Amino acid sequence: MSNETDIKELVEIFKAFFKIGCFTFGGGYAMIPIIEREVIINKEWMKEEDIIDIFAVSESLPGAIAINSSTFIGYKIAGRKGAFAAMLGVILPSFIIITLIAAFFARFQENAIIKAAFLGIRSAVVGLILLAALKIGKTAIRDKIALLIMVFTIFLIIVVNIHAVFVIMGGAAIGLLIYSIFPGTAKNIIDRYGEH
Amino acid sequence: MIYLKLLFTFMKIGLFSFGGGYAMIPLIQKEIESNGWLTSAEFVDIIAISEMTPGPIAVNTATFVGYRTAGLVGGLAATAGVAIPSLVLILLVSKFFFGFRKHPLNTLVFYGIRPVIAGLIVTAAVFVAETAILRQEAPIIAIGQLVNNPGTIINFGSIAILTATLIEIVKFRLHPIMAIMLSGFMGVMLFHVL
Repeated sequence: MSNETDIKELVEIFKAFFKIGCFTFGGGYAMIPIIEREVIINKEWMKEEDIIDIFAVSESLPGAIAINSSTFIGYKIAGRKGAFAAMLGVILPSFIIITLIAAFFARFQENAIIKAAFLGIRSAVVGLILLAALKIGKTAIRDKIALLIMVFTIFLIIVVNIHAVFVIMGGAAIGLLIYSIFPGTAKNIIDRYGEH
Repeated sequence: MIYLKLLFTFMKIGLFSFGGGYAMIPLIQKEIESNGWLTSAEFVDIIAISEMTPGPIAVNTATFVGYRTAGLVGGLAATAGVAIPSLVLILLVSKFFFGFRKHPLNTLVFYGIRPVIAGLIVTAAVFVAETAILRQEAPIIAIGQLVNNPGTIINFGSIAILTATLIEIVKFRLHPIMAIMLSGFMGVMLFHVL
């Protein structure tokens, strides 16, 4: 590949993910169908079955799902440079928009109407987060151990005020412990949850 | 130096955020609180703004906090921080992770982590509810006052908006952005006009 087409392709990747970044409201999961349409149908960079694997891996790695999957797709199309171009593209729209808001929001923050609107919006946000908790709870919690881990997490964070990082490590440690000490239970869990 | 502090703090947040935006809220809140970067109410407003603007909550929050703390360069540092772990992990891990994903140990580790994520999201809802529904940010609620005069502690208008939002989305399948706009309108009506 010559240098010129190389740069051209990187620009194409950047543009595609910039567009994706502009139109995804509501975070990573909402982004998935938009990425699929752009990458599989519009650009024909990948096949459906490849991208499903990429989403699965992106969910399992730490970090924002949108960034993970975009970076991964960019990497598959054009290596390291592609990964960087896609990541930059998907981040830039929110960076620009939020910087503008941060620069101007302070002026309106004390406005009585804006204050009232945001007080109302906060209540809606509580609702959206509760619905998200319910959704993930349905797939994550199918037995008593899992339920116990969830309840204990809430207790540790709210009452004991422990850093979330330690609770996440604790959750992983419980999984490891079951795997290495209770093979019977581990087998049951694998049967029930499959590929997580 | 504030820029390095922002970079490293948000790298830590990026590295330990499993399960997407909402699960990151308790993590970010803790860091913001211990560094004194924003008030709870300001952070909740960022979450609200993130719901209305495109892009991942993690990036939006990083940019906002960075900008508020140390201007444009601060915003760049925090945003880079939250993205760097993803980039590095994808480049390093992706090759063998495809194979590892089907390994039983991976299933077990995520069996342990997923309920934690669910718990973190519930905690996030409680945190936002504290600033949305309780009138005062006092952690200790006087039971007597709560029974005799609940309106001084609980904002019933907020509870009405929360209930309306849940009904709109679950029953009428309204798009979340529309539900947010409606809640803003209801907020103006209930808390400003009336």
